[in-house]
Amino acid sequence: MTTTAGPGPRGGTRTQPARTREGTGGGARTLVTGIGVAAPNGLGTRAWWQALLDGRSGIGPITRFDASGYPVRIAGEIRGFVDEDHIPSRLLPETDRVTRIALTAAEEAFADSGVEPRELPEYAAGVITASSAGGVEFGQRGLAALWAKGARYVSVYQSSAWFHAANPAQIAIRHQLRGPGSTIISEQAGGIDALARSRRRIRDGARLMVTGGVDSTLCPWGWAAHLADGRLSTSADPARAYLPFDADAGGHVVGEGGALLVVEDADAAARRGAVGYGIVAGCAATFDGADRPRLREAAELALADAGIRPEEVDVVFADGAGERAADRVESEALCALFGPYGVPVTVPKTMTGRLGAGGSSLDLAAALFTLRERVVPPTTGTRRAAEDCPLDLVTGSARELPDLRTALVLARGRGGFNSAAVVCAPAAG
Amino acid sequence: MKRVVITGIGVVAPGAVGTKNYWSLLTLGRTATRGITLFDAGAFRSRVAAEVDFDPAAHGFTLADTERLDRTAQFALVSAREAIADSGIGGDERIDPLRTGVSLGSAIGCTTGLATQYAILSDCGSTWTVDHTKAGEYLYDYFVPSSLAAVVARDCGAQGPVGLVSSGCTSGLDAIGNGAELIRDGSADVVVAGGAEAPISPISMACFDRIRLTSPRNDEPATASRPFDRTRDGFVLGEGAAVVILEELEHARRRGARAYAELSGFAAYSSAHHMTGLRPGGQEMADTIRAALDRARLNPVDVDYINAHGAGTRHNDRHETHAFKAGLGDHARRIPVSSIKSMIGHALGAAGALDMVASALAIQHDTVPPTANLHEPDPTCDLDYTPLFAREQRTSTVLSVASGFGGLHSATVLTRPRLREAA
Repeated sequence: MTTTAGPGPRGGTRTQPARTREGTGGGARTLVTGIGVAAPNGLGTRAWWQALLDGRSGIGPITRFDASGYPVRIAGEIRGFVDEDHIPSRLLPETDRVTRIALTAAEEAFADSGVEPRELPEYAAGVITASSAGGVEFGQRGLAALWAKGARYVSVYQSSAWFHAANPAQIAIRHQLRGPGSTIISEQAGGIDALARSRRRIRDGARLMVTGGVDSTLCPWGWAAHLADGRLSTSADPARAYLPFDADAGGHVVGEGGALLVVEDADAAARRGAVGYGIVAGCAATFDGADRPRLREAAELALADAGIRPEEVDVVFADGAGERAADRVESEALCALFGPYGVPVTVPKTMTGRLGAGGSSLDLAAALFTLRERVVPPTTGTRRAAEDCPLDLVTGSARELPDLRTALVLARGRGGFNSAAVVCAPAAG
Repeated sequence: MKRVVITGIGVVAPGAVGTKNYWSLLTLGRTATRGITLFDAGAFRSRVAAEVDFDPAAHGFTLADTERLDRTAQFALVSAREAIADSGIGGDERIDPLRTGVSLGSAIGCTTGLATQYAILSDCGSTWTVDHTKAGEYLYDYFVPSSLAAVVARDCGAQGPVGLVSSGCTSGLDAIGNGAELIRDGSADVVVAGGAEAPISPISMACFDRIRLTSPRNDEPATASRPFDRTRDGFVLGEGAAVVILEELEHARRRGARAYAELSGFAAYSSAHHMTGLRPGGQEMADTIRAALDRARLNPVDVDYINAHGAGTRHNDRHETHAFKAGLGDHARRIPVSSIKSMIGHALGAAGALDMVASALAIQHDTVPPTANLHEPDPTCDLDYTPLFAREQRTSTVLSVASGFGGLHSATVLTRPRLREAA
């Protein structure tokens, strides 16, 4: 194998597997029936969705720790989230904030879906969620105790609260889900990759999966990592710090939270009368080559998986890195697929900041709400796309699209990860 | 239904870097556990571990590389390179980068690097508002262990689906299971899959010390890991990486590749019982085993060898023994079982991958590796655990299992491949 580009997904002699409207592999279709959201601009789907439509941002000065000594002092915090209000007290010592957020969003997603997981067959339901950084604040506390006081001062819960599998395991225990449990990590792209793997489990016979993901890195230790990474915007103005596709783009803002989704075998869901938000029609993931981005191929493969032509896509939820070179790469990918100004594009994460694995999960939630409500939330901050990004960016205010049926969601993870998902209104599946 | 075979293997294990050395260590029943040398463990309850003697320079890593790449990433790279060279896919122009994926497992990622960085940024824990200016620019990559998969993907030029799977101590098996799914559903032809972990650091030792899961047999480090023995008193932390090249069977056949084994069945279930405890009875693990056999369309009678999780804790080994009996019925008494953790310790998220490789090699060599240090049978662990000595026997079907925190269980069935076998 060489690092140079091989035949593209449409060229070459290698034949792609037969695609159907159900995508690769055939089998059961996957319907999203429940959504739970914990976002900086809204705790709970109702508050968050209204904020998105109103263009209301959750980005502001950091209050969760003393950031006065750091060069970046704004973030998207879930302000209304008081851990003790949502989590049984016995769970508090053994969970990081990220797990408390995950448990809260999972609770909402289940309530929203109307499923009582305990009524399902024993191994019919599992949890495959995404995470980027695990229980960071718990990690910091453990490391601080270790170095300042010694090994005996590390919490007995350190190992099981910090590690990446804490969220799916705690969700499984809470809701008694005995199917597969796992965490998928591909930084910001993780939410889509976890959805893709959950969909494979549904095709393989699982009845229901909990997927999506959340991240929370808002403590000094997590902040040091973001600062070291060097991609944060140094603008102090919450309204102008994160400007994807803008000529003035200069980095991004970090936020916490994300979304958890309940996905089900569509036929089984229909039998119990669930309408759902949308069908997960296609998923794909690629990795950048040394000198060649592969975001476009991820999008093409997801569309092929869904059996959907580019002209059938009604809206794109873009990754929107907020960095000039990365924005141009995404714009070129979108223009190659849809033509310049060829499809409405939006980046509502301008209102939350980038949430790690929670970011692509929340974008999936936004795309699903968009399918249901037929209105596209705007990209705030960016007033218009730069000249070298000829995109029909939905800016200013939400845009109603009465015939909207199909959405493409894109995400990129640090290091070269590209993921894409196609979601369709239930009737279009 | 597409089928998946293993066409390459790479290993970095305690006492053995490289597949040949690894198999030699396992079949000789040598133990690689010892007093910890990687840091001063004087203050800890458990001071034994199975360490890899690893010289980064010998593997071509510069000083800058070793700063940028956590020890976990170095292990992953070295074992991936060996596996790729072994499979013959490196430089083969028929391999489509877009249809080549990476699926690595790790339970705790770059925690060792994080612990070191924290001491520097916090001035040994003295300040909560850590000094970010002292951080290396790679710190974020330590936080987000998908960097491990990214490093391997960049190194081998994979441009298909790439990701890290983290499911505690089942991560290794789960990552390989995920890789096989990518091939079965047509998303990739080749997946570089495995697990990597380098957890031997003060923070990990502290975590396990606090819940008394690791062995305190500090005076007899070479025999501290005693799965299924009556005197076992906890697991011995290990480290390392194992990578296999998973390949769609027809794809492997077309390019004339040799295969070690076919990955015939995989299943993962959860007990949803407790974050660190096992549910008594082992029913979920038994059901996981049955599900993996079902997917392979095989029966308990077909299993020639069980590569156990065999951590060496009081609970795990009893739980697992129950699960084998419940899952395989009377056949459980007939099938040789062994725990290679008796020799190489428990490398958390790499363990399942190291187990998978041992299982594939068992098929290749028709030999069952032993359980070292098993001198005093435990009446509650009453199966044939292949004590002390490797056993030459026809080995065509291997069941490999893993259990971990969060109540997760994974099981994999490997079978003798139907195309040309590994030389």
